[in-house]
Amino acid sequence: MTAVAATCELTPAPTSEPPGRRAWVEQIMGMPISVHVRGAGSRDPATARAARQLFASLRVADALFSTYRQDSEISRLQRGELDLGAADPAVREVHRLCEAARIRTGGYVDAWAAVPGRPGLFDPTVLVKTWAVARAARHFDALPGLALAVGAGGDIALRAGAEPQPWQIGIEDPRDRTRTLATVPVPDGGIATSGLAARGAHIVDPHTGKAATEVLSATVIGPSLLWADVWATAVVARGASAIDWVGTLHGTSGLLVLADGTVHRWQNQA
Amino acid sequence: MRRIVFAVCTTVTGLVLLFSWPASLNRTTTVGTTATTDAGDAGTRATPSGTGATTSGTSVDAATTTPATTPSTTTPTPTTYDGAAASTRYGNVQVRLTVTGRTVTAAEAIDYPHQNGTDRQINAYAIPILNQDAVAAQSANIQMVSGASFTSNGYVQSLQDALDQAGL
Repeated sequence: MTAVAATCELTPAPTSEPPGRRAWVEQIMGMPISVHVRGAGSRDPATARAARQLFASLRVADALFSTYRQDSEISRLQRGELDLGAADPAVREVHRLCEAARIRTGGYVDAWAAVPGRPGLFDPTVLVKTWAVARAARHFDALPGLALAVGAGGDIALRAGAEPQPWQIGIEDPRDRTRTLATVPVPDGGIATSGLAARGAHIVDPHTGKAATEVLSATVIGPSLLWADVWATAVVARGASAIDWVGTLHGTSGLLVLADGTVHRWQNQA
Repeated sequence: MRRIVFAVCTTVTGLVLLFSWPASLNRTTTVGTTATTDAGDAGTRATPSGTGATTSGTSVDAATTTPATTPSTTTPTPTTYDGAAASTRYGNVQVRLTVTGRTVTAAEAIDYPHQNGTDRQINAYAIPILNQDAVAAQSANIQMVSGASFTSNGYVQSLQDALDQAGL
């Protein structure tokens, strides 16, 4: 309860509703999905309809990809009851992206090494969330003037639309999650944070099989939320040597916090 | 001399495109708007997206780069040359060179692509600005929070919850 009181202090309740601003939240895929819009038309019925379609799209993705559902295509693939060639085109698209992610991260993000004790078993969970968010956000394409932010469990896809101000994003402090460590303006693209704060040491270095512990959290900002998330996960899995590796991530900026408290920030040209 | 300057201008124009000139030069665009009518038109549109995206870090840059030409007062007077606006698939690029004696002492983009979201992506993303202390963190004007993947159970602890409430 104290935590709730603290968050209320951080954002004083507005005396009146901010004009041209609206937000929706639903729990999908076991996490809160926040949709925020700014700009003229925020309160139009078409905007609310786009938000409903966005949530519906995420539920469809969940039904396809959830490893918690026995009847999902991923569960059937894993049991050998479904061939990839016969799977939904969305499943095949994610499969290809997982292959690309494994190559582009030097094996540090590996959908075939995600299930402990089951090497080779395909589990695309690491990519599915951000892929599904990007796909779902297309329902706002018909409303290009609106600024849009879709947050999914700490990873956010953003679009400035016709709004002059970029989104102001707070980056959580992994050592004290009631605080923000830094702030960054992002007009378009994605910002993703991976780390050990929420679920402990759950990111494994696929090369050693051991849990990564050197990087408390990594935040990556870039043109694509999916790749920002892949990079952030790879940074945590790599450990402290990622400080050099992030220099190779063209067109990104970001911040990482090491277990010893060191904070490293970077900004790379595209 | 003119030919050399023109050649350098062309090269720099190419470099600007190649490296998609850093967001720090967004500032100088507004400074240079008086130079050409073309830039003036584009400059007004650049102000929201460009400066907005880089509010924190760039004012320092703009402040330090301008006086950088003043130490050269002991040497021959600096002269500026504006390159022709180069049309590219992303938009116009125009470069201003400052030449002191026979040396190029400064080069800046006075016009560069910034018309739409795609162009904004070509330019660099802003670097996160560290909050100085707890007070700054609480007063920070943020709309969303990026953090390690939280699940529904941990949601009430998150700042995002408060932000969602404010926006509802």
